[in-house]
Formats: sequence, structure tokens, C-alpha cells
Amino acid sequence: MKKFFTLRNTRVVGFFALAILLLGIVPGPLILAKNWYLMGNFTNVALLSLISLGVWLTFSMGRINIGQGAFALIGGYASAYCVSKLGWSFWVSLPLAGILASAIGVIIGLPILRLRGVYFAMVSLTLTQVTTLLALSDTMAPITGSSQGISNLPSPPALTIFGMTLIPSFDSLPDTKVGFYYLSVFLLLAGFLLMYRLAHSRQGILARSLQQNEELASSIGVNVARLRLISFAISSFLGGIGGAVFIANLQSISPSAFVVKDSVDFMLYCFVGGLSNVVGPIVGATVLYFAWDWLSVMGNYQLFIYASAMISMMLFLPNGLLSIKIDGLLDFFNSKKQAIADKKNGAKAKPSKRRK
Amino acid sequence: MEIVVNGVYLGAQYALIALGLTLIFGLMNVLNFAHGQMFVLGGFVTYGVTERLFSGLHFPLAIAFFLGVIAAALVLMVVGGLFERLFFRTVINRSARDESTMLLAAGTAFLLDSVILILFGQQQKGMPDGQKLIDGVFSWGSVLIAYDRILVAGISFIMIVGFILYMQWSRTGRAMRALAQDKMAARLMGVNVDFYTMLGFAFGAALAGIVGGLLFSVTGINSGLGDPTSIKAFTMVMLGGAGVVSGAIMGGFILGMLESVLLSLLPLIGLGDLTHFIIFASLMVFLAIRPQGLMGKPWG
Repeated sequence: MKKFFTLRNTRVVGFFALAILLLGIVPGPLILAKNWYLMGNFTNVALLSLISLGVWLTFSMGRINIGQGAFALIGGYASAYCVSKLGWSFWVSLPLAGILASAIGVIIGLPILRLRGVYFAMVSLTLTQVTTLLALSDTMAPITGSSQGISNLPSPPALTIFGMTLIPSFDSLPDTKVGFYYLSVFLLLAGFLLMYRLAHSRQGILARSLQQNEELASSIGVNVARLRLISFAISSFLGGIGGAVFIANLQSISPSAFVVKDSVDFMLYCFVGGLSNVVGPIVGATVLYFAWDWLSVMGNYQLFIYASAMISMMLFLPNGLLSIKIDGLLDFFNSKKQAIADKKNGAKAKPSKRRK
Repeated sequence: MEIVVNGVYLGAQYALIALGLTLIFGLMNVLNFAHGQMFVLGGFVTYGVTERLFSGLHFPLAIAFFLGVIAAALVLMVVGGLFERLFFRTVINRSARDESTMLLAAGTAFLLDSVILILFGQQQKGMPDGQKLIDGVFSWGSVLIAYDRILVAGISFIMIVGFILYMQWSRTGRAMRALAQDKMAARLMGVNVDFYTMLGFAFGAALAGIVGGLLFSVTGINSGLGDPTSIKAFTMVMLGGAGVVSGAIMGGFILGMLESVLLSLLPLIGLGDLTHFIIFASLMVFLAIRPQGLMGKPWG
């Protein structure tokens, strides 16, 4: 068992929080250079990472969640409906989208969270497909607009509380994209800190115990069902929020906004980054998104190269990108600290315990 | 009545798809994401061979088609075997968590998707010249079914029965069943685990390819069919219980029947587009009562 509040971990968190904050400063030059394209990419990466963080949470308790696309779609539709048909402010619809996604997550989670391993993966994959079909159906057309979806969503207005403008209207910015950029980076930062806190809180550690042995966990008095449900609710909440912002950024929604492939992608981000660390999905989303983007020059062979790269990564780094550095660093730091402690105690330096 | 017959026809094919998936799952605990893509590849191989033999070499259509299906089975067998040998075995040996094979499986699905796109393009392909395997429609009272569907259903039935017999009585089948039950014990009993795992994967892939080939003769094939097919296969396996042969067959027939019945009844009350939603909702209710599926061992 790793210690979670070691000096190194605090540093890693600080480093990544800083890195995400830096992303917030980067747009300065980007705005000046009017490089909207690159900024748009960063926006997407931040949102996709946010959505994948939810998937990571379900992963941490041993459930393979391939249904996150469904919750992103639900969140997107909820927000789009509130904004376009009910005329509400985007800022009101955003939390509503999250809450609705999370409520549906609870309803669906009640029966299916009991399933394990591949069973859960299969059901959640089916869930994505069914949500897409439901959004396409004529029966739901009054809400979802069927295959055409809802388009021409207005950009978020100003958010004022007691006459104080917290967030300026996105239309007043040099480009609405700037607003979305800041919004998504801020949300990712908030999501990351929340998830880090959560993963290292009592609940997070209990969740990891579920991943190892549920019967044992429940036998020592962990309320397994409740824990799973809460985690799944948080996960779908993040999905809903991320989906809503994504849709607002696109200014339109259709059933194809989030499909099975996206759900699989969210899962892949977590895998590629590594499941052992909260940073995993963020790293994975960044790497895969930009890899896909850069490979687009290859035309027909884009998917082929992407898939081959993914397979070879799996062959050589089966535990994710972070598995190299983090574990290596961890050993390095631990052995150093051990050596210092040993020196202080005047004991002989023990050989560092390295993972085989 | 026609609904029931249609359901049996759909069910026979679905069962064959689910068999391949459940075989791979039972042997290796791998969820083969690429199953739908293997199905599509099988269809395209059949198309390629049939087209070449029929239009180029002027074989009779039926012979060209059956050679095509056999070719599909062989190609998919090689593909499946290679995937297992080169990719899955390595990752299973190296990875810290079982779930890591899911990423690999998704990767192979993407790989097959791209190969299919590069080789065959995006167009829908059907039988050459729009011909049918057998012309004509079988009518009996109110039941109307095209002959080629009956033929395809018949072949599927024979395949299913043959597969069960093979698994039940042959040495290979016994070895595979032993593997699915307990890997360690099978190894101790002198079963060549590596070889039979590979063979099982190859068989699973070949089954997918054969269904792809068969279905191609009736409805044609296109590159977009991969994911929906995988999802249907997952649903069937969930219904019947993962890793259990009888479960896969039952799941296939139940789903085929449900689809056939709901697709013809629901439009009457104006809810035709909710068919799959209703199937999914009932699946969830069912799983809430019986999480391991109809025939499954608890927790697969």
C-alpha cells in the first residue's frame, strides 16, 4: 500500500494544479496571436478530461464504466433544453444538467452497480447506445428535436449576483471561445482538486478497498452499496457538467454528440494515462486527443496508425503512461527518504524495497 | 406467426454471434470489443470472394458464396489466432490489472475498423448483381418468408448444433471446457493451455466471420455495422450469462424474438422507435433480479 500524503505526492498535486493553472495563463499569448484553433483544442481536452475524471472514479472502485457518454449526452440535452426551450440562463442550466445526470445515474446505478467486471462494462456500453437511440427517437422529439437536435444555442450570458458581475457575458469577450476556455480550465481544476481530495479521503480509500475485495470490505462494515452509488452519482455529475459545457461550446446538440465511441474514448483516456493516479485521465486525454489531431494529416491511415500506436503502447506499457514515471519516481524518493531516515537513526542503510 | 418465424431467424444468427463472444470470454476473461468488427470483416471477405468467383470466374452463385463463407471463416480464424498470440497473451502476462485487456480489445477494434475502411471503403455491399442466393418466397398460410432467410437460419442452426456437439464430444472441445472452468487444474491435467486458448480465440473469431458472411447474403454489409453488432452481442451475453455456451444461445434467441415481436407490435401503439430502449430497460430490471444472467455462474 502506498502512502498517500507523502511529500512527493503533495508535490505532484501541486505541480499538476499549477500546470492546469498555467493553462489558464497560456491563452494570453494565444489570444494575442488569435490562435483560436489551438485554444479550442485545449478547451476540448479540458472538458474531456473533466468527463473522464468521473470514469476514473468508477474505475477506482473496480467498475469499468463505458457509459459516461450517456451522461454527457443527458447533461448536454438538459442544458440545451433549458436554455433554448425554457429560456433559462446557461448558468442555471449547468448545475441542473449535472444534477439530472447524477439523478439518472442513481436510478440506473441501483440495479446495475451490483454487477461486476465485464458485466458492468457491457451494461454501461449498452446504456450509451440506448441513450443515443432514445435521443434519436420520435417519441422524445419534443425534448430532443430528434435527429436534428437543438441548434443555435445562445452563448452564456453574464452571471450577476447582487449587482456584481461574476462572469462577464461571453458575447462581450474578444471571442466566445476565450470564455469557454477559461470556464473549462476552471472546471477541470475544480474537478481535479475535488477528485484528488476524494480519492485520498476516507471514502476514496474505502472505494479502493472495493476494487480489491468487496466481500471483505462489506464484512468489516463498509456500506458497499451506498459507497458505490455515491461514487457513480459523482461520476455521472461530472459527465453531465462536462457534456453541458461541451454542447454550449459547440452551440448545438444532436444525438451524435456523444456516441459509443466517445464512451469508449473516455475509458481509454483513463487506461492510457494510468489508473493508479488521479492525473491519469488528464494525461490520457491530452495525449490521445492531440495524437488523434496530429494524425489527421494521414487521411485514411489516421485510424490505422492511431490503433497501432494504442496496441503497441498496451504491449509495452500495459499499466498506462504514468506507470513509468510515477512508480520510478516513487521508488527513487522513497529510497532516498529511507536513506536519510536511516542515517538519522544511525542504522545501516537498508536496501530500498523496489517493486520487481 | 410470421413474427415468431422472423424471431427464430434473427435468433439463430444472434446466437451464433453470441457463441463466439462467449467462447472468447469464457476462455480468457477478455471482453472482445472487436467482435462486431470481426463480423463485418467476415462479411466483406465473403463479399470479396463471392464477387471475384461469380463475376470473374463465372462460378455458380451458391458455390461462390459458400466458398466465400469458408474463406471468411479461415481468414477470421487466422486473424483471431494472431490477435491472441501477439497481443492478448502478451498483455495478460504483463499487465497489473485484468481490465487492461479492455484497452487492447478496443485498440484491436479500431485497428480492424481502419483495415476494413482502407480495404473496402464505406459503401454498402450486397450480393453481386443484386441477386439472391435462392429466389422466391415461402408462403404457408399467413407466413411469408424469403427462401434465402430460411437457408441462412438453417445453416445457423446446423452450425450451432455442430458447435455444441464439438464442444461436448471432441478432445479439443473438452480441453476448452476444462480451460473455461479452471485454468490451473486444466494445466495440471496436461492440457496445453496456450495452444487451446489461441484455438478458442480463433474459433470465436471464425464464428463471427461466418455469421458476417451469412448475413451478408441477405441484408448486405457495410463498415458501420461493427459497433451495433458488438453491442447486441453484449446484450445477449448479459441475458444468458457470460462465458456459458447454453446461455449465449438462449440469449441470442430471446433477443431475436424480443426484437421481432417488439418491432412489429410497438409501432401499432406509436412507440416503434423505443424498441431498443424497452429491451434495455427490461434487461436492467432482469439484471436487478438476476445479476448473473439466465445460466451464468455468479460473477462470471
